[in-house]
Amino acid sequence: MDNHMLLELKDLEVVYQTDFENVYALNKVTLSLNAGETLGLVGETGAGKTTTALSILKLLPKNIGKITGGSIMFDGVDIVKATEGEMRKIRGNKISMIFQDPMTSLNPVIPVGEQIAESLELHNTQGRTAAEIEQRVDQMLELVGISPNRKTDFPHQFSGGMKQRVVIAIALACDPALLIADEPTTALDVTIQAQVLAMMGELKEKLNTSLILITHDLGIVAQICDKVAVMYAGEIIESGTMEDVFSRIENHPYTVGLFGSIPNLEVSTLRLAPINGLMPDPTDLPKGCKFHPRCPKCMDICKTESPRVYETGTHQIMCHLFTQEGNVIQ
Amino acid sequence: MNQPLLQTVGLKKYYKVKAGELHAVDNINLSIQESQTLGVVGESGCGKTTLGRTILRLVPATSGQILFRGENILEYSGKQMHEMRRNMQIVFQDPYSSINPRMTVYNIIAEPIRSSGTRLEKQNMDKRVRKLMDTVGLASRLIKAYPHELDGGRRQRIGVARALALNPKFIVCDEPVSSLDVSIQAQILNLLMDLQDEYGLTYMFITHDLSVVKHISDNIAVMYLGECVEHGPKDQIFANPLHPYSQALLSAIPVPSLAARSRKPYLIKGEVSSPINPKPGCRFAPRCPHVKPICTQGELELKEVTPNHFVRCTLYGSEKP
Ligand SMILES: Nc1ncnc2c1ncn2[C@@H]1O[C@H](COP(=O)(O)OP(=O)(O)OP(=O)(O)O)[C@@H](O)[C@H]1O
Ligand SMILES: Nc1ncnc2c1ncn2[C@@H]1O[C@H](COP(=O)(O)OP(=O)(O)OP(=O)(O)O)[C@@H](O)[C@H]1O
Ligand code: SF4
Ligand SMILES: [Mg+2]
Ligand SMILES: [Mg+2]
Repeated sequence: MDNHMLLELKDLEVVYQTDFENVYALNKVTLSLNAGETLGLVGETGAGKTTTALSILKLLPKNIGKITGGSIMFDGVDIVKATEGEMRKIRGNKISMIFQDPMTSLNPVIPVGEQIAESLELHNTQGRTAAEIEQRVDQMLELVGISPNRKTDFPHQFSGGMKQRVVIAIALACDPALLIADEPTTALDVTIQAQVLAMMGELKEKLNTSLILITHDLGIVAQICDKVAVMYAGEIIESGTMEDVFSRIENHPYTVGLFGSIPNLEVSTLRLAPINGLMPDPTDLPKGCKFHPRCPKCMDICKTESPRVYETGTHQIMCHLFTQEGNVIQ
Repeated sequence: MNQPLLQTVGLKKYYKVKAGELHAVDNINLSIQESQTLGVVGESGCGKTTLGRTILRLVPATSGQILFRGENILEYSGKQMHEMRRNMQIVFQDPYSSINPRMTVYNIIAEPIRSSGTRLEKQNMDKRVRKLMDTVGLASRLIKAYPHELDGGRRQRIGVARALALNPKFIVCDEPVSSLDVSIQAQILNLLMDLQDEYGLTYMFITHDLSVVKHISDNIAVMYLGECVEHGPKDQIFANPLHPYSQALLSAIPVPSLAARSRKPYLIKGEVSSPINPKPGCRFAPRCPHVKPICTQGELELKEVTPNHFVRCTLYGSEKP
């Protein structure tokens, strides 16, 4: 299967400038994604996950959110330089996004089938006829496990999980090369979440769609992702393949803390080992390593110098513990 | 076994709605021993919150009994209940919506003490509030802060301090960590478990997060559409879930490990039934892969399959141990 590089972010910097303050939301974010790959973008509230997604689509809030450095290349197009006209051709067509809180992206007064058709008409680059569009609607509903004879139903007649599937059907209708799903299952029950995740996994196999799955749940990442990027205070502090990160041989202290915060179902622990303290204020980020005020392994150098990226094969960790000579953990 | 601290007998809460009677909590028989935690799990809308609030008499029960140390508190007079309230408290999911945003931390924590009728001199009240803040890990410099100046984790600590203010015996924790980030969630879970050790608190812990419930509970009750379909010791529920719904629920938990990757969840299909005028028999029947005609022919009973492990399902024998 074709697996050329589809998306590459290099040293991306984004600032939200409000009247009162500058929020440094992304600080030199670098990541890449090949065709057909699934990347899990994990991190806690405010880490910059949604901002990363909005930057790729150039949908940062006007006059407030600004790309101040770095580059985004998507399928040969330089997104940072692309005009609004060029972006319109990409959005919904080559890149689709499922927004955080997807229930709000359905129109309550339009039948679900019509909403899928609408998206197809909007991006009708293949010159489909009305009948072909209708056929495609049925096909998409079937793909997400909803009987096409329910296409005249309104969103409120569907359960949460079914609505979520409709949102996915809309996002996939135009065969995008890249789907960005921002916390697509957070609002769902686990049994429904399992259905939606299984379905996304199948779609990836069938359509070779690349997927960026934004989540705060490491369990979900373990289930369907090929690659992982862990974000903290606007930086990717660790990235690698599933095996690199989840074999838990070498991890960033923050990632160790994330694993320690989740009750383990397989091994009983009496006490959780949480990360103390809070995420730093993005308007006033600490010097040196941004995690240092909470890090149990913090050294003097961490307080003054930003760590470089330590690389072994596909695994990257941004931490002085690994880059300091003589300090490499075995 | 000792007399349970709290027990419900045939507890029901029905709501009258346009389409009929909504069985939010239906015939629940549960008991919790002193200093233990009962975890209550189940999907959205299955009646967890209603069960907790009915037990605390925050909403009136339709029928049944709520026994606190053997006494039916549903028969208590207003005055008796006012006294009883000290013993039974609640911690809510959203720490922001449950506290008054215009009050300072001091007043939020002092409020339950004042409204219980306890008169404390200013000096003693100060001491008490500071002690409570210390207990839940809130720095005393925050005593004059307003909730909006605090993050979610600290707001939830206020919620816990408030619940502890009257030295309760029993606390309903309704999704107390669901809206928090995992690192903060772990801090609050550790706090709740430490408080239990120190003060011998008894918890009913409501959540839809199964890893959390396994971590914190002694016993677990699984609810489905208002009914308890299975309950028992947590290790048995996790090692050997009996009800097909519990099996689906447990297999659907995304586990953050490489080993779990190859495991396929047992997916349930079919529509969720309505809790309004429910049909007789098993409410999970429309989604159950093992459904047989007898499943929907009459009321099912909770059967004790192994000691203390109960299930409401026709797959299991009816012999009494
Ligand atoms: N429109 C905006 N104006 C000002 N600051 C913003 C704006 N949008 C986001 N931010 C800030 O940018 C930072 C990154 O936010 P972002 O929404 O990308 O985080 P996230 O990782 O998606 O978090 P969550 O898990 O809560 O969705 C946060 O500190 C946030 O408060
Ligand atoms: N005041 C009310 N009037 C009518 N129906 C109600 C009322 N309160 C709750 N219900 C219904 O009772 C059922 C149980 O609701 P409850 O809030 O107890 O569920 P839950 O298990 O706590 O769900 P969640 O996980 O979403 O919090 C639902 O069907 C709900 O719609
Ligand atoms: S660089 Fe230092 S402070 Fe930062 S994570 Fe590594 S050890 Fe901790
Ligand atoms: Mg977000
Ligand atoms: Mg609830």
